[in-house]
Parts: sequence; structure tokens; C-alpha cells
Amino acid sequence: MLTPEQWTAKLVEVIARASTQLPPDVVEALRRSRDAEIEGSLARKALDSILHNIELAASNWQPICQDTGTPLFWIHHPIGMSTRMLVAACEEAVRRATGKQLLRPNAVDPLTEKNTGHGQAPGIPTVHCEEWDSPEVEVRLLLKGGGCENCGTQYTLPNQALKADRNLEGVRRCILDAIQKAQGKGCSPGIIGACFGGDRSSGYIESKRQLLRPLPDHNPIPEIDALEQDIVAQSNQLDIGPMGFGGNTTVLGVKIGHLGRLPASYFVSISYMCWADRRAGARIAADGTVTWLE
Amino acid sequence: MAKLTLPCDVETIRALKVGDFLELEGRIVTGRDSAHHWLLEHHQADVAPLLAGSVIYHCGPVVKRHEDGHYSFVAAGPTTSAREEPYQADVIGRYGLRGVIGKGGMGAKTLKGLQEHGAVYLHAVGGTAQVLAQAVVEVEQVFMLKEFGVPEALWVIRVSGFPVVVTMDSHGGSLHAEVEKASRQKLEQMLGLAS
Repeated sequence: MLTPEQWTAKLVEVIARASTQLPPDVVEALRRSRDAEIEGSLARKALDSILHNIELAASNWQPICQDTGTPLFWIHHPIGMSTRMLVAACEEAVRRATGKQLLRPNAVDPLTEKNTGHGQAPGIPTVHCEEWDSPEVEVRLLLKGGGCENCGTQYTLPNQALKADRNLEGVRRCILDAIQKAQGKGCSPGIIGACFGGDRSSGYIESKRQLLRPLPDHNPIPEIDALEQDIVAQSNQLDIGPMGFGGNTTVLGVKIGHLGRLPASYFVSISYMCWADRRAGARIAADGTVTWLE
Repeated sequence: MAKLTLPCDVETIRALKVGDFLELEGRIVTGRDSAHHWLLEHHQADVAPLLAGSVIYHCGPVVKRHEDGHYSFVAAGPTTSAREEPYQADVIGRYGLRGVIGKGGMGAKTLKGLQEHGAVYLHAVGGTAQVLAQAVVEVEQVFMLKEFGVPEALWVIRVSGFPVVVTMDSHGGSLHAEVEKASRQKLEQMLGLAS
């Protein structure tokens, strides 16, 4: 079994990968959208710069974006493992990665307005731990930048202005509205994580968890899968484009989950992820062997 | 791609139009939320000569401090400019800025300020922190590092070949306003909301 110190070191490796190496499916989607833009357009030039940046960050193991965001960990762990130890290891890993310039000192105390200087504060990072039957630990990390987090939003249905009722058509209307309102501010082309149902907090958490799904995957529920594809196609007709410069690609993917709701409430919670979709996943065996996940 | 050497005069800025690609050369200063408040609290005489005729860069970099005490930028892309909307026009007017570098564009108040004072909004590609850090050739000095922390401090930097595109000019043109309006109309049509 790994010691807390060894866990911290493994988690620093996961942070390094997330901050510097963009997942291959995201790079592929960006290449395709680059080719779909007109030669000489602002959109094509922005995507060329983005693709060049991804290569530089990967080869130098330096942050893709200077806003290294909120680190969000989802950890599956074997029965009997201490979640307090895991949370402490995540926190220490964030501090260490900040010291190595893999992360920016990104935590501010809103009362004193002082930056803590080491990237960690109450609530940063957020760590979700869940027990499972496997003897291995699975770590999934998302580094979610502040610019795109500011584009997140929550709707309550029905919404008269959008003619959105409590059904999938209503969900579609909310997500398209949020994408239009975000313009380029969330660093488009973005990826949308959404959740319908749940309460105000669980809905947002689920919308973020949806962002862990690889871009080419399909929702197992056919009608939601169709909705996801539809919203991608429709939002790309809005001509918002990369960085809001106008163009054919506004979002790279839409991922939608759902949770039980109270009879009185129907929330649609939406999280916007920038093109720098920094997610990393690892399976860590009891002997410390790491297998990287898509 | 045309070069824009900073500091520059107002005529140079008036000649720029929405859609122009530029490579910046010269000295610029980073500043975001805390810096904009601080610059408006009272006249900051130490920084003022560095801002006059130049541009302020909305950026909170990742910075490495070397053993001999000098700094270099590890990652340095633009941050969302919209947060400075209430303050930007005043900062431009008071310090004689010729422009702003950021991402996501700014609103009507800033656009009016750009027209009045002769300044432009220069859009850098969000998230391209490595490409842009490479164009930062030197970190000359830093203001308010201890008070504001690394992302919010005012870093005085020298750039070369720093790529930007003019998305708001000094004649009232704004690519952001155009894209917003057209996309809202398309959405309303798509959802049958058109009034």
C-alpha cells in the first residue's frame, strides 16, 4: 500500500499531465474544427494558434493556459481506504504543483482578498471520494479555468422568455441560450456539461462530472444522445466561432446527465468548459503502478 | 502581419480597424481586477510613465522566480476582459493608454472610451499561454506583487512578435457587438422567439 507521501507524489503526476497534455480526443476535435474554418479567417488563425500552443505545452511540460483553474478531483477508492488521507494528499499535491509552476497560485481568501500563494484554500481543490469494489484507485482530475466557470449558469423551468417547459425540449432551449450568452468569453470552442434535475448544488456537480466523458462517447440513453448531437449542430450554426470571432465551431461537444428532482423544482445546470479541456485520469494499483486513462 | 511598436502616438491607433492583425513590440504592463481598482484609487506616479502611450494587458501569468532574483513568464495568456468594463474607460483616460489586450471583448462604455481617447481593444487568443509567454522577452519590473499576489500584480514586460487582432477600434467598430447581435437573432429564429 502506498504511503500518504507516495500518494501525494502520484497526484502531482496527475496534475502535471492535466495541466500540460491536452487529451488526444480534444486535440483531434480542434484539428477538425480548424479545417472547417475558411482559410485566412480570424477563426482559422485562432485555431492555428491554439494547436501550436497545445504542441508547445506538451513538449515543454508547461501549463497550456496560465489560468490553471479549480482542480476538481473525483476519486474511486477500495473499501477501507481513508478518504481524509486522500483529501489531504490532493491538497498537498496542489501546493507542490503550484511550487513547480505546474499550477498558478490560484486561491484567494475573499475576506482578506489575499492570495494564499500556494494554490490551496478551503474548498480548493474540491475532492469527491467514492468507494468501489476494485482494489485499485481511480483518479480523475479536471482543471477548470475561471473564465469558463464564470459562463456557467442555472435555469429553473418553466422559463417563459425561452418558451421552455419541463421536458427535453426545454432543456435544449436553456443550453442553447447559455451558449449564446457565453459568446467567446468561455474560450470557445467550448464543451458543455449539463444536468437536468437535482437541486441547485447537486445539479452543478453533475454538470461538471459530465465533462469527464471523452468527446466521441455516446450517451447510453438514445433520446439524450440525440439531444447532445442536436445541440452541437445547432450551436455551431450561431456563427459565434472560436474566441467569439465568428466561425463554424462554437462548441466541440455537449454532455448531459440527469438526477432525481423534487416535484416542485426543475433545474437545468450548465457548466462551460474552455477548449483547454484539461482532464486527466489514472488507475493506480496497490503497488503504485499507474495506468493512464482517456 | 503589421508591427505595432509601443509606446505609440494616437494617429497610429486611429489608423487601425477591426480585423487588423498586429504583432506588438515594446513595453507593456499587465493588470487585472486589483490593478484597475488601484490605478483609479489615486494617481500612481511610478507606473504612470510606463502606461502612457502603451497598453495594459489583462493577464495573470504563471511566473518563475530565478535564483538570482529575476523573473520569467512561464505561461501568459489573456484573461476575460469583461470584468474591467466598469473601470476600463477611466483608466485609459487617466493614464493615456493607447489600448488594452485581453479576451472576450468589452462593452459599450469601453467602446465609447476608445473613441474618445483614441485607443483600441486588442484580442489575444485565450488559452494560448505558451505561444504568448514565448513573445514575452523580458520581465523588467513588478508593482504590488506582495499586496496583490502573482496573478494580480502589475508586471512590466517587454514583448516581441506578440500576436493580437483588433476587435474594437477607435471609430466605434466592435466585432463582439456584431457577433453577439447576429447570434442572438439566429437563436431567436431557431427557437421561434423572434418578436
